[in-house]
This record gives sequence, structure tokens and C-alpha cells, in this order.
Amino acid sequence: MNQWQNFSKGFLKENAVFVLFLGLCPTLGVTTSAVNGLGMGLATTFVLTMSNLVVSMVKNVVPDKVRIPAFIVIIATFVTVVELVMKGFLPDLYKALGLFIPLIVVNCIVLGRAEAFASKNTFLSSVIDGLGMGLGFALALTILGGVRELFGNGSLFGYKFISGDGMLLFILPPGAFLALGYLIMLMHKLKKRIY
Amino acid sequence: MEYILILISTVFVSNIVLTQFLGICPFIGVSNKVQTALGMTGAVTFVMVIATTVTYLLYTYLLVPLGIEFARTITFILVIAALVQLVEIILKKVSPSLYQALGIFLPLITTNCAVLGVAVLTIQKDNNLIESVFFSAGNALGFGLALILFSAIREQLELLNIPKAMKGVPIAFVTAGLLALAFMGFAGIVKM
Repeated sequence: MNQWQNFSKGFLKENAVFVLFLGLCPTLGVTTSAVNGLGMGLATTFVLTMSNLVVSMVKNVVPDKVRIPAFIVIIATFVTVVELVMKGFLPDLYKALGLFIPLIVVNCIVLGRAEAFASKNTFLSSVIDGLGMGLGFALALTILGGVRELFGNGSLFGYKFISGDGMLLFILPPGAFLALGYLIMLMHKLKKRIY
Repeated sequence: MEYILILISTVFVSNIVLTQFLGICPFIGVSNKVQTALGMTGAVTFVMVIATTVTYLLYTYLLVPLGIEFARTITFILVIAALVQLVEIILKKVSPSLYQALGIFLPLITTNCAVLGVAVLTIQKDNNLIESVFFSAGNALGFGLALILFSAIREQLELLNIPKAMKGVPIAFVTAGLLALAFMGFAGIVKM
């Protein structure tokens, strides 16, 4: 597998949200608007890339038996970095994402990639894999956030271009489930066309 | 009375799965059969109550006096991971039958965001120790209620003729959306 395939698989073929169904809690929880989705996606991308990088570097040093706790500590360190940086520089986003920032630690994608990919592959491919999977995740969150914002509020990235109130349901919790369900259905349909 | 209110509000009004989106992975992943849903509920209730109590005590009596609140995430996840291991070892010795029943679900709980989520939430809400215990028990029951209801619906869904593209996960999400809509009927019963 060349590096380009390694990078691009996260967007469609192995998209974390639409295909692997990993990391669904933040996916549903923070996507009330496209901006929140993008912010969460980029925060996760950072954690994923950095943890992949460190895991691939220490993979030969860490004994096999304690590898999962070791990976979790590495991930939790980078999550704390994100938490503190966001609190300092992006307080509004920090407030909007709230509980879901510390919860990046238990996002299945991050630990999943560390275990399934970074602990077996070289430094460079691990970083590329982390970036690709992370950006694919960010893309999925932005799409879901965009759809919910568009239907719920008539706006996109905060720019309102449909007057009126929109369907409040899409901003409320049930709308998250419905929107994601229909988006996955669309992906199933599209997949047949593409491959 | 206050504690009953905490229970009602966490089970019904702000249900952890359907309104707070925590623990979605097991909610979608292990909800194919009522039997497995029951097993998962048992394991989560067990771990969640113990983990919340332990992390609460650690945070209040260790992290706050030392002034290292920023280490919250890393401490909590380590405590939870260690607890899950411990519970697994103890169960294996004490009750092999229960261990058999919960077996495969226990390791999964480390990455169940509901457990870490509840531990962090109870700190953010400034609950005291007894409130924290009730809060975690209520959330665990709420998780169980949503999971069991949902798995019962999914068992029926298997028998229906669903359009091909909707089969599996998409229809599960739409069902969950309708379930969440039903739970919104509880909104406003308890003001927290």
C-alpha cells in the first residue's frame, strides 16, 4: 500500500463514522453546527496524529502486556494538551464542546488506530494514517454538523441564508440520530456507484 | 426525596444515551439481542458506580488539595482501566458464572465513554459523595433502560422487510432517533 492510499483511505473507504461506526459519541454530541463539528474533528485529528506518532516510536520498548494502559496514558496526555490549549485560546469552542473534549480519550478511533496500526507500522506511515483517519473523521463531523445546522437553523458555518426558524428537531438530540441514520444510508447508496 | 429526583432525572429526563450521547458505541454495537443487552447493563452498572465513587474521592481528596486538577482526565481513565481489570479478576474468582455472563463485555467498558463521562459530569455538577453515587446509579439504569428497550425493538426489526440501503445501522439510528423523540416527552418533569 503506498502512502497516498494510506492517507486517503480514512476519507471514504474506511471512514471512521460512516463505515467503521467508531467514535459515535462525539459525532452525535457536538454536531449541532458545522463549526463545532469541524472543531471537534480537528482536535481529534491532532490527538490521533500525535498519539500514532508516539506509539509507533515506543512500540518496541513497551512490553506487550501493558501496551493498552501505556497507549491510554499517551493518548490522555495529548488530550490534556488539547484541553488546556483550547481553554486558553478558543474559550467559546471549549464551552460548546464541553464534556466531549476529555472524552476524546475514550474515542474508539484513537485507541483503535494505536492498537491496529501504529503498534505495527513505521513512524512515517503511522503519522500519515493518523492524519488521514483524523481528517476523514473531521470531514464526517463537518458534514453532519452542516446538515443539522442547515435544516435546524437555515444557516451554514454561522451564515444564515434561509430566513425563518428551521426545524428545531434537527438541533435537538433526536435529530442527530435521524440525520446520521439517513447520511449512512446515502453512503451505502453512493458506495455502490463509486466502487 | 432529593435522591429520588436525581434518579428520575438521570433515568428519564436527561437519559445518558438518548439525550447526552454517551455510550453510543455499545448502544449500537451490542443491542442485537435482549440477552446481551442485559449482560452489558449489568457490567456497566457495576463498573460505573464503583468508578464514580473512587474517582470522586480521588479528585476531592487528592487532586484538589495538591492543586493538580488538570490531571483529571489522565487520572480518571487510569482508575477506570485499573478498576475494570480488578473487577474482572475478582469476578473470575468469586463468581465464575457471572464472569461467564459478563465476560466479553468487561474489557469493552474501559472505552465506554459513559463511564468516564459520568465521572467527569458529577465533578462538574459539584455533587457530594452520596449524590454522586445516586447520580452514577441513575445514569447506569438509564443506560440499561435505553439499551434494553432498543434491543427489544431491534429484535423485531430483524423480521421486517426494510429497504436494502437502510438495513443494519441506518435503520438502527432512525429507530434511536424516534426513541429519543419519545424520551423528550419527559423533558421538564424535573428541573435540575
